[in-house]
Amino acid sequence: MKGTASSVASAEDTELVKSLRAGDPKAFSTLVDRHHGTFVRVAMAFVGDRSAAEEVAQDTWMAVLTGLGGFEGRSSLKTWMFRILTNRAKTRGVRDARSSPSALDEERDEGLPPADRFNERGMWASPPRPFGEDTPEKLVLRHESLSCIEAELARLPAVQRAVLTLRDIEGLDAAEVCNILEIGETNQRVLLHRARSKVRRALEEELGTD
Amino acid sequence: MLNCQQITQLVTDYVEGRLSFGKRLAFQMHIGMCRHCRRYLRQMRVATKALGSLPREPIPADVKQELLERFKNWKA
Repeated sequence: MKGTASSVASAEDTELVKSLRAGDPKAFSTLVDRHHGTFVRVAMAFVGDRSAAEEVAQDTWMAVLTGLGGFEGRSSLKTWMFRILTNRAKTRGVRDARSSPSALDEERDEGLPPADRFNERGMWASPPRPFGEDTPEKLVLRHESLSCIEAELARLPAVQRAVLTLRDIEGLDAAEVCNILEIGETNQRVLLHRARSKVRRALEEELGTD
Repeated sequence: MLNCQQITQLVTDYVEGRLSFGKRLAFQMHIGMCRHCRRYLRQMRVATKALGSLPREPIPADVKQELLERFKNWKA
């Protein structure tokens, strides 16, 4: 695994872990507020069901507390916690028969514009339709954009959805996501590309104007 | 020279800084000349940004309470 500055515990992590080990409830409360929502989002990728995802997230917090004494800072605290979470979510997903590793490789849809939108030289025949990308600030405030994105997220295959959630919603870097999901760098990028392409396509289909 | 269809395939590699020097140059040359692909690239960036703007889901109050209780017991 590639080592980057963000893949080991930061000074902030060390402080936080110290406070948690000392039993500071404020530190734990801040940590829970910061990550619980994303825990549920990432778990949803594997279990698909909201209440199961909540359970996985809660179990993860318990596992974080149990494991905290042994946390050695070889990865960032975030990476360590999300690894616990995804392992639990995957196990739960398989148990509930929602996802299996083989199902993830069978996907054909790359999210790209279909071939008939290009001419024989590969140039646009039917160019991308604008959907408000000139004013991204306004776009993200529109209810239709957000519900369109949420619906597309829900349709993504599990690992694609997890990659997109960790990279673009939670803002982790590529190395951290590879570490958390135990996937290679190239695979991570392919999954990210497909997932982002599908979100773009969904926005174009939903909001595009001619 | 890259065509538009290839641009749509390479856009994430470009944004992630994973193209070779030559490919990166070819990508930028195409983008400089093609407004449709400029739009496509911008749409990919906006979609990415929009994902980062999705509302954070709050933790249910009872769940948080229970976790804090457990934390108290954990430290004891």
